Amino acid sequence: MTIALVRRPGLARIRSDRSWLHLLCLGFLGLVVVLALFAPWLSPHDPNAVDLGNALAGPSGAHPLGVDGSGRDTASRLITGARTSLLGPLGVVVFSTVAGVVVGVAAGWRGGWLDSVLSRSTELVFAFPGLLLALLIVSIYGEGLIAPVVALGVAYLPYVSRLTRSLVLAERSRPYVEAYRVQGHSGLQICLRHVLPNIAPVVLAQSTINFGYALIDLAGLSFLGLGVPALTPDWGRMVFDGESAIQSGYPLCAILPCVAIVLTVVAFNVVGERWADQVARRDR
Amino acid sequence: MTDTPAGTPAADAATPETPNPETPTLEIQGLRLNLPGAARPVLAGVDLTVAARETVALVGESGSGKSLTSRSVLRLLPPGAATEGAVRVQGEDVLTMNAKQLRRLRTHTAAMIFQDPRAAINPLRRIGDFLTESLRLNADLPAAEATERAVRMLDAVGLGDRVLGQYPGQLSGGMLQRVVIAAALMGDPALILADEPTTALDVTTQAEVVGLLGDLRDQFGTALLFVTHDLGLAAAISDRVYVMYAGRIAETGPAEALFQRPRHPYTAALLRSTPHLDAPAGRLAAIEGRPPSLREELTGCPFAARCAFATQQCREELPPHLPVRGESSRLVACHHSEKLADQLAGSVTHD
Repeated sequence: MTIALVRRPGLARIRSDRSWLHLLCLGFLGLVVVLALFAPWLSPHDPNAVDLGNALAGPSGAHPLGVDGSGRDTASRLITGARTSLLGPLGVVVFSTVAGVVVGVAAGWRGGWLDSVLSRSTELVFAFPGLLLALLIVSIYGEGLIAPVVALGVAYLPYVSRLTRSLVLAERSRPYVEAYRVQGHSGLQICLRHVLPNIAPVVLAQSTINFGYALIDLAGLSFLGLGVPALTPDWGRMVFDGESAIQSGYPLCAILPCVAIVLTVVAFNVVGERWADQVARRDR
Repeated sequence: MTDTPAGTPAADAATPETPNPETPTLEIQGLRLNLPGAARPVLAGVDLTVAARETVALVGESGSGKSLTSRSVLRLLPPGAATEGAVRVQGEDVLTMNAKQLRRLRTHTAAMIFQDPRAAINPLRRIGDFLTESLRLNADLPAAEATERAVRMLDAVGLGDRVLGQYPGQLSGGMLQRVVIAAALMGDPALILADEPTTALDVTTQAEVVGLLGDLRDQFGTALLFVTHDLGLAAAISDRVYVMYAGRIAETGPAEALFQRPRHPYTAALLRSTPHLDAPAGRLAAIEGRPPSLREELTGCPFAARCAFATQQCREELPPHLPVRGESSRLVACHHSEKLADQLAGSVTHD
C-alpha cells in the first residue's frame, strides 16, 4: 500500500507528529470555507463598488486591508473571491476523482485489453500540460468557470486513475477477495462493496492534495485573464488586477490575494499529507 | 484414467435434481489441468471421491497439486487454466456450470476454509457483516434472519455473539479461524473444503480447530475434504486418505491401513520423514531430490527419480492405479507395490 502515494521526504518535518500545524491548517481551511459560504454577509463593502477618488489608498478604518487601483475594498474582494477560488478547484477535484476512480477501477479490476486501452489513453493526457489543455478549451469556449474546470478535471484524471488502478491491483490480489468469491459473491459486488471502500481513504487523501494544485492552476488561468469573467472577484484575478498597482508602488492589493492562495494551498497540502500518512499507518 | 476408486458407487446415472444417497458429495473423475507455460499437466488425471458425511484427507508436499485439486471444486482456477475431466458436487459438474449455477454452488453447496484466516477476511468490516453478507446478498435472506443464523453458527464454533460487532484485528488467529469456519457453515453446505486450515495457527490452536471440525461434521453432517501436508493431522481426522505426488494420486485407502502399511514408496518415505518426539535424536529423515519440475515432461512414474526401489520399468511406464490385493478399498499406483509391501511396512514401523 505504501506504493500508492508519492511521499515527499522534504515535507517530513511538516508531517511529523507536530499536530498543532495540522490543526492550524485545518482551522485556516475552516475559516476560508466559512468566509466563502457567508461572503455576502461577512464582506464589509460591495466587492465591486468602484471609488476612483480613493484608489490605491492604504489600510484605514473603513478599509482595513486597503483598496485596489479602482478603489474596490480588498477585504471584501478577498472574502467574496474565496467563493470562486474554492468552487473551481472543488469542481476539478470532484470531476477528476469520480471519473478517475471509475477509469482506474475498471482498468485494475478487469485488466486485460480494457486495462491497456484505459491506461494508454489516460497516459496520453500526461503528454499535455494541464494548463495548456485548459488554455485550449478556454480559447474554444470562451471565458467562464465551466470550461477551465472541465479541462483541468481531464488533466488531473490520469493521476487519480493511475493511483486507483495500482490500489485496485494490490487489493484484488489479497486473499479476502478470493474468500468472498467462494462465498458466491460476484466480482462486481466484491469490487463495489469491499475493494472500493477499502481504497477510498487513499484516493481521497490524494484528491485533497490535488485540490491545492488545482487552486494554483485556476488562479494562474485567472491571472492570465482566462478563468473567471472580468468583474467576478477571484484571487487569481486580483493578482492580475494588482499588477499595475505594484508598478505604482502600492503592492498590498496584489500581495494579499497571493498570500491567500499560498496559505490555502499549503493548508490543503498539509491536511492531505497528514491524512495520507494516517491511512498508510493504519494499513501497516 | 478410467479406474475409479473402489468402494464408491458409480454416480453417472444420478440426476442433479434428485440427489439420491448413492451420489457422492464430491466426485472428481480424471481431472487434468494444464497451465500455460507448463510442460506437463499440473494435475494429471486425479480421481477422488468424498461421500456424504465423510472426511477425506488429501496429503502431499508443496506443489503436488493438492490445493489446486481442492480449489477446482469451486472452480477457483488460476488464469489460463485448461481443464479436462469432471468435478461433480452432488452430481453436478462444476467445470461446465454457468455463472449463476456456480454462484449458487459457492453460496449454498460447497464452502472453503482458507489457510490464513487473517488474510481471508476484509480487515475493515465487522465480523457480523462478514458472516451475513453472503446470505443477505446472494440468498436474499432478511438481515435479522441472517444475523440469527450467524449467532447460531458462532455458538457452534464456540464463540459468543459479542464478536459480531468486532473487527478482525480484535480477534486472535484461532478465533478468526473459528469465524471463518462459521462463515463456511452459514450457507449450510454439503461439502467443506479445508485448504490447510491449521497451517497458520500455533499447535494448541491447531488441535482445537481440528477437534472443532470433527464435532461440526457430526453435528451438521457435512462432508469434509481436508487438504494438508501434516500426516499426523490427516491420520487423526480423516476416514480415508489420498496421497498426491506431482499431480497424480499415488495411493489411497482408509487412513489407518494406509499409514500402518503403506503400499507406495512415496507414502512410506513421507511417513519416515515425519519427526517423532520419541525417536532418537539425530538428523531428520528426508526424501532425497526434489519433486519434478513443471517445465519438464514426465515419462514413467513421477516418483521414479527419487525412489530407492525404481527399476527400468518405473522410468518408462506410468504405473496404473491398481487395487491392493486383499484390501478392495485401497488403490496404489506403483509397479512394485506387491513386492515391496513388507519392506515398506517394515521401514515405517522400524523407526
